[in-house]
Amino acid sequence: MSRPQARDVQARDVVVTGIGLVSCAGEGIEAHLSAFASHAPPRTDAETFAPYPVHPVAPLALDAQIPKKSDQRQMEGWQRLGVYAAGLALDSAGVKDDAGFKSALPLVVAAGGGERDYAVDGAILTGLRGTNEAGAFLNERLLNDLRPTLFLAQLSNLLAGNISIVHGVTGASRTFMGEESSGVDALRIAHARIASGQVETMMVGGSYNAERPDVMVIHEMGGFLLKPAYRPVFERGGDGNGGFVLGSAAAFLVLEAAEHAAARGARALARLMPVANDRVARAPGSVQASLTRLIGEAGVERPDVVLSGATGLSDLAAEEIAGIHAALPGAGIRATGDVVGHPMEVAAPFGAALAAALCAVGSAREVAVTSVGHRRGEGVIRVVKV
Amino acid sequence: MAEPRSSSTHDAQGRPLVAVTGLGIVTSLGRGVAENWDALTAGRSGIRAISRFPTEGLRTRIAGTVDFLDTDPLVAPLLSERFAMVAAEEAVTQAGIGAGFPGGLFVAVPPVEMEWPQRQALAEAAGEPEAVTYAGLQQAAATRRFDAWHDLFIFGTVADRLADRFGTRGSPISLSTACSSGATAIQLGVEAIRRGEMDAALCIGTDGSVNPESLIRFSLLSALSTQNDPPEGASKPFSKNRDGFVMGEGAAALVLESAESARSRGAKILGYVLGCGEKGDGFHRTRSSPDGAPVIAAMRAALDDAGVAPEAIDHVNAHGTSTPENDKMEALGCSAVFGERIGSLPISSNKSMIGHTLTAAGAIEAVVSLLTIRHGRIPPTINYALPDPALLLDVVGTARDARVARVLSNSFGFGGQNTCLVLGDEPA
Repeated sequence: MSRPQARDVQARDVVVTGIGLVSCAGEGIEAHLSAFASHAPPRTDAETFAPYPVHPVAPLALDAQIPKKSDQRQMEGWQRLGVYAAGLALDSAGVKDDAGFKSALPLVVAAGGGERDYAVDGAILTGLRGTNEAGAFLNERLLNDLRPTLFLAQLSNLLAGNISIVHGVTGASRTFMGEESSGVDALRIAHARIASGQVETMMVGGSYNAERPDVMVIHEMGGFLLKPAYRPVFERGGDGNGGFVLGSAAAFLVLEAAEHAAARGARALARLMPVANDRVARAPGSVQASLTRLIGEAGVERPDVVLSGATGLSDLAAEEIAGIHAALPGAGIRATGDVVGHPMEVAAPFGAALAAALCAVGSAREVAVTSVGHRRGEGVIRVVKV
Repeated sequence: MAEPRSSSTHDAQGRPLVAVTGLGIVTSLGRGVAENWDALTAGRSGIRAISRFPTEGLRTRIAGTVDFLDTDPLVAPLLSERFAMVAAEEAVTQAGIGAGFPGGLFVAVPPVEMEWPQRQALAEAAGEPEAVTYAGLQQAAATRRFDAWHDLFIFGTVADRLADRFGTRGSPISLSTACSSGATAIQLGVEAIRRGEMDAALCIGTDGSVNPESLIRFSLLSALSTQNDPPEGASKPFSKNRDGFVMGEGAAALVLESAESARSRGAKILGYVLGCGEKGDGFHRTRSSPDGAPVIAAMRAALDDAGVAPEAIDHVNAHGTSTPENDKMEALGCSAVFGERIGSLPISSNKSMIGHTLTAAGAIEAVVSLLTIRHGRIPPTINYALPDPALLLDVVGTARDARVARVLSNSFGFGGQNTCLVLGDEPA
């Protein structure tokens, strides 16, 4: 008996059959295509968290995707955005009411963790200044002031958990953490599992809430945030090294083996090709060389556009552009940060979803998505028209 | 046409067989396989009164902390990194696989966030005259004095440092599936080897998050045992008087290799990961579906993936947290999968001795399962003095000698996570 070779089964095509997007540009495929086409600066709030500008999510009618108020209450912002976008993706794939499809649908989510109770934190820190019994004080205040369910709104894997509860997506879920590169890894592994025949379908994506002051503390440490106003991603050099403007966004894609999609009569919006990514030691020139190599590995040929997930740090952006142009001379590059800001783990899934949408409406035949993490990881995702 | 048969390098489905060639472990019982195995088979407990921070006012004041390793500052990501380094060093050394690890890294790490001592330091630096606010903390962060903490408190750093230390290839995966994370790390490695993407994978689960807020969060969900005295008696899986889990710390690492690769380089094969199964549960954020269907499906998926029938399992390394809910649901699930045989199928929970090591548990328990196979000795579930009469299980109360060829290792977590592994001495 002959054995199937990995090479043979890897040949299965993987197609995108559903897309769910929310961001400052609005919700859904149309809103994002038109924001992309308009070249207008993204909606920005420079006041609420000044001196840090953010791209706040557009108002959402949560009931449309999260019908139960009790579910909405048990989630924090990052989870509500993600569950909402996952619902849009299921709608887009035409499987929202297909319990059988959803109960077999595996999920891979790229995410960090959830929000804190800022008032409680502030009150505890204030109180800690006036006590000599810091340990006992902290214990007492945490026991009395933390909402018991807040923990479940913070745990990284509870975005996936809420998608399972609200939408009945119960194949099994895995949550990847690790900032920008986790979004690329989620796409890479989701693709590989389908291509190799390990699974037929996957939902992959992530969610990020930028409108929370704790993430600004983390990213201000290290000086990674742009202040005090938005500027286009590739125009942030000058006096310093630029920085990122965090954006609230969620992006989910439904992926299927091409024959699986065809068998159920689903429209393939685009084809996702094997994802190429790596993590090189950061040194001058290393990111540039890595991207050039990965573009080759990903098999990018003549993209109509390269969607860059550049964070806004000028040195990395310069290397990214140079790396792209070394492999693809003259390629047009657009920063997704100029559409939705920097949504951290969501940057790559958002880029892949927008690329698929561009292919689906015939605006592009091939799109390359690039990702360079602010601390680590480089990735290239190739999406082509079906 | 003949029935598909496994070979020394491929399983019955024609996929590369996944061998284990290195094991490493750290728990509250000690450092390394030898220390842990001695303690586990002797029925020793690593649970003790918490000395790391003041426990005044807390309902739970015990944990299975790893007190012989520390870090500065003493924060969860650094402790988790330290434990992972120690466990991986042992596993990689045993595998003899060389300085640059020839495969990918899959590491289950606890969710990371800034902790109270760091918040306090920022608040102090901010020097706000009235109430402390996040705006003040941001201003303190902007002084550049705290820049080193950025990397400390982002999610990818532990994996990044492990990848640097062991020279693993490609983008390292940091993952969470809550309390089944360690098993998921192994599953990801198995899948990558089966796809032919890599010949070897370094799979780690680690958790060093016994700190006031983590403990209090679980306490507020009424998940923890409050039977503080004596500490070593608190974790009593499958007992009638079980009242919650005890937090534990530790790490385990496994070097997985395609059997073909392991054989060709003459490595000693310590066992095989024969199958992995998972199933999501959309019933509730912390509770299982009352009918146990997802738990049952995960166990059956692991058996199917391994290509073995329930009769081929000799021992269940239980998730066995010692919470009323988990142990009831696990027993229900096992009864459905194994039928009447569950009454004579030895089941045991390592958590009775080391507590619930959370993110690390699935990996630690996979290592213990492989040691159980190798030594033919099943570690006990200590504190099994008052059996729960509703659970018709053969709980191993004292270490039991038995031939164990295949173990089912269960891991279940908040958020509907259910992941099961089948580990064996030989290909199925």
